[in-house]
Amino acid sequence: MSAPFRLGAGGRIDRSRKLRFWLDRKAYEGVAGDTLASALLANGVHLVGRSFKYHRPRGIMAAGSDEPNALVSVGSGSRFTPNLRATQVELTDGLVAQSQNRWPSLGRDFGALNDVFSPLFPAGFYYKTFMWPKSAWKRIYEPKIRAMAGLGRAPTLPDSDTYTQRYAHCDALIVGAGPAGIAAALAAEAHGARVILCDEQAELGGSLLAETKATIDGKEASAWLSDALSRLSHSPNVRWLSRTTAFGCFPHNMVGLAERLTDHLPSPSEGRPRERLWQVRAKEVVLATGALERPLVFPDNDRPGIMLADAARQYLARYAVKPGTRVVVVTAHDQAYRAATELAEAGVEIAAILDIRQDASGSWAEQARGAGLHILSSTTICATSGRHRVSSVEIAPVGRDGKVGPRSRLACDLVLMCGGFTPAIHLFSQARGKLRFEERLNAFLPDGGAEGVRCAGASRGIFGLDAAIADGVAAGEAAARDAVGGGVEAAHSPVPLPKDLDGRRLDPLPHDRSPHRVKAFVDFQNDVTAKDVKLAVREGFRSIEHIKRYTTTGMATDQGKTSNMNALGIAASALDKPLPDVGLTTFRMPYTPVTFGTFAGVARGELFDPVRVTPTHDWASAHGAVFEDVGQWKRARYFPLKDEDMHRAVARECQAVRQSVGVFDASTLGKIEIVGPDAAEFMNRIYVNPWSRLEPGRCRYGVMLREDGSILDDGVVGRLAADRFHVTTTTGGAAQVLNHMEDFLQTEWSGLDCWLTSTTEQWAVIAVQGPDSRKILERLVDDIDLSAAAMPHMSVREGHVCGVPARVFRVSFTGELGFEINVPADHGRAVWQAVLDAGFSRSLTPYGTEAMHVMRAEKGYIIVGQDTDGTVTADDVGLSWAIGKTKKDFVGKRSLARPALSDPGRKQLVGLVTEDPELVLEEGAQIIAEEPTASHRSAPHKMIGHVTSSYFSATLGRGIALAMVAGGRRRMGETLYVPMPEGSIKAVVTNPVFLDPEGKRLDA
Amino acid sequence: MLLIDCPFCGKRPELEFRYAGEAHIARPADPSGLGDEAWGRFLYGRGNPRGMHAERWRHLNGCGRFFNALRDTTDDRFAATYKIGEERPMVAEPQGARKA
Ligand SMILES: [Zn+2]
Repeated sequence: MSAPFRLGAGGRIDRSRKLRFWLDRKAYEGVAGDTLASALLANGVHLVGRSFKYHRPRGIMAAGSDEPNALVSVGSGSRFTPNLRATQVELTDGLVAQSQNRWPSLGRDFGALNDVFSPLFPAGFYYKTFMWPKSAWKRIYEPKIRAMAGLGRAPTLPDSDTYTQRYAHCDALIVGAGPAGIAAALAAEAHGARVILCDEQAELGGSLLAETKATIDGKEASAWLSDALSRLSHSPNVRWLSRTTAFGCFPHNMVGLAERLTDHLPSPSEGRPRERLWQVRAKEVVLATGALERPLVFPDNDRPGIMLADAARQYLARYAVKPGTRVVVVTAHDQAYRAATELAEAGVEIAAILDIRQDASGSWAEQARGAGLHILSSTTICATSGRHRVSSVEIAPVGRDGKVGPRSRLACDLVLMCGGFTPAIHLFSQARGKLRFEERLNAFLPDGGAEGVRCAGASRGIFGLDAAIADGVAAGEAAARDAVGGGVEAAHSPVPLPKDLDGRRLDPLPHDRSPHRVKAFVDFQNDVTAKDVKLAVREGFRSIEHIKRYTTTGMATDQGKTSNMNALGIAASALDKPLPDVGLTTFRMPYTPVTFGTFAGVARGELFDPVRVTPTHDWASAHGAVFEDVGQWKRARYFPLKDEDMHRAVARECQAVRQSVGVFDASTLGKIEIVGPDAAEFMNRIYVNPWSRLEPGRCRYGVMLREDGSILDDGVVGRLAADRFHVTTTTGGAAQVLNHMEDFLQTEWSGLDCWLTSTTEQWAVIAVQGPDSRKILERLVDDIDLSAAAMPHMSVREGHVCGVPARVFRVSFTGELGFEINVPADHGRAVWQAVLDAGFSRSLTPYGTEAMHVMRAEKGYIIVGQDTDGTVTADDVGLSWAIGKTKKDFVGKRSLARPALSDPGRKQLVGLVTEDPELVLEEGAQIIAEEPTASHRSAPHKMIGHVTSSYFSATLGRGIALAMVAGGRRRMGETLYVPMPEGSIKAVVTNPVFLDPEGKRLDA
Repeated sequence: MLLIDCPFCGKRPELEFRYAGEAHIARPADPSGLGDEAWGRFLYGRGNPRGMHAERWRHLNGCGRFFNALRDTTDDRFAATYKIGEERPMVAEPQGARKA
């Protein structure tokens, strides 16, 4: 089981620590320091997946986070992660990986028929083919397509890992710990900056990790690296994070980092978080993110065994793996010569180096020539073969006129390609930096414009070890100077772009075959070919953003790291436009996929959203309450007895209140205390009501408007003293109302002398409602005269309930005689119990929000936000009586004078009763005036209103509804129609007050 | 996430704040004296500029105070924050800004 393609020496691996792992149930052996990809290559395994659309066999193409093909699922059960790049999965002992998008197996895959029928699957195929009937898309086409196309499967079990999050601040955040990044960190640290250095790999060093020959400052590169890391690790001002991807740059220099903490451990200890999200706010950011190697676009360039040239070199240098035995190199860039030379030195046979260019004269090319490697200039690849692994290529010379000459065949088991390098400008672009197209590189480079963000090294086109290090030093110094200031001088300046920049190839390689018949892949992960991009242009797409969406190029999980520039190049030639004029698609975060767990952190389960409970919550739970969510509040909706359903429980609760007495926890009501010499004046301006003449000890139902005249909120207000108001708001509106009040007090009327304090959570509110309510309260209150004469409806008294300081309101949201006891929240549970005990002999019944809703609807009391929306005025819902007619101004008053707001045709609140008393209309149902006839069933009808509240009233023995109907108050007695799928329902317009319109019960 | 300099508390992350619309739109002293069109302009007329925008923020989950800010809508950079009632500070208009 030893790995046949592992060299006996070299690499940054530990051969003494052997690791067993599985791919698709087959066992292999790797060593410590391997990635899953390097271990597979050491075992001679190239075929690791099937492609997204055509199910074509795919192999490992890259060596890092840019890998488009080798996506695997790792783990099982509640620790299962799909779509991981094998090039980034660190090998652990016992690792279990599965290939994806194949059935029944990687070697035999029925989906590969898609490849045979691929002429049927051009760009936009799904859009064009599966159009009709519309419903079939959802039910048939989409599920089928999703089952055939796609990547890994989503995990089926809840994630058993935990995730954590941190905030951090620093002077300089350096992203990427290659030569430029490390040099920047050293320089910034030396100038006194607090530095965070992060890198996505397990080991810091970037390209230095594959640097076997170069020297830096007279030291071997690896020695320079370990000295540098040692210096950084001894500095108290440096924090370095490996396995940490900077996935997004956000405004004001906030950078999101995803740190992987346990995936590289064979068995993570319990409780240790798997990943950590860092939200780093950096004064200065240095992006040393390197560059991504570009594939070449040629026919059948996607077979397993066709790799990026420098990736192959990295496997050799870093993991001591020979990715093949006989290699054909095809290149448009000098870097491939370096790969060929180093592979040849390791004993790999180089069949030929094909250079699409007419001549290559750089130093790497000279070295290769000196080593006797067979170089063919002006040569292209016309075809490749090999079912599960490339076995030969057909090459041909390209004449000066571009004509492709006669073919010849070269046997090989590895093809290395290099189309140049694309600077990784993703984060810079997210930071809103400007980009500039550099023709000599055929790539976009950073061009300033991002404050506090600078690039260094290959990410700004500075290639070559010495130049990258010098550039990193300059960037680090400049970052420290800008962040720390105080006399820090930057001694170095950014390295200028060299004159001999090279990397011109973006067009597909020429070949001698019919362009309609070949597949030359551009986006490997989304199976987009050169043909698809050209087709999109032919079909009229002009914007690169549209071409991207139509062909899906660059839209896979790799976000087009290897494909975007090639796609852009092809689109530019097809459009016959200079490339910069075609533009660039937006670089979106994340740079590589980030788990949902990392973003969620601890905000899962019970911690997902705060839950607010009232003081009686535990009692209600214990007594079988069914709760409903109202904002973050848990409110008891009803209290079923034995096998009661909601309908029967609510009927019983309503009956108790109407006939004897009920008790209700109203603690969630918003409460604001308004205090100060100008409190009454403030109230006059905020509410439509007049407040100046309200006596202390009395209450008033208050309505407040937005400045546009629509109802913002309502609630009962008690005046406790000349300078003190106890305001209540709706449960959901509390925060909004306080914000609205604060806004006016702070900005418009800052001269008014009063204070606003939220007291929602300070008071428990126990509503005792029903004809017997006074008799119960009398048992609990000593120092308040509750008699009708002393304490009329709509009054408030301060005193004690059960010895607890209390504010007792005589108010009613049920239409019955009733009181609301406010006691400090800590006493709420005890006073609740005292009320229950006092009411025992009178069958005091706890009721919930549903009964409350039914009873208020019977009385025609509105609920703001249910019966009203942002367009409804006080008059629309019959509340113009509340408006202080003599007040010169209040918020919203001027708007009420606008003609549209007094149009008699506006929707107005009315009651609706159905002809059939058993019928309960649906809330939200539309209302029309004419009865739809059979012949007009599907004709458009004019909607004249809608149902806002609807319940079955046990008291009235029928369904009742509140509705907003155009000109509703003039339609009393009219029959209207509520069209429903089963037919329209007849309903008669009535007064919205269904019960006791004279209000006699309030004084029962 | 924006970093906002509350004039009372200093720089704090955006999460602590709530946006509160365009600044320097004073409520008319006598709304009843305004015609419908002028009142409509007060209610709904907003600049929505590309470039420097004077706007209100509330440090809701902090000191609770409203304040004004100048923010460049093209890149979210804050040129200044200042207290309610203070004059809009003079800052250089950003390059490329266009009046709405
Ligand atoms: Zn503040």
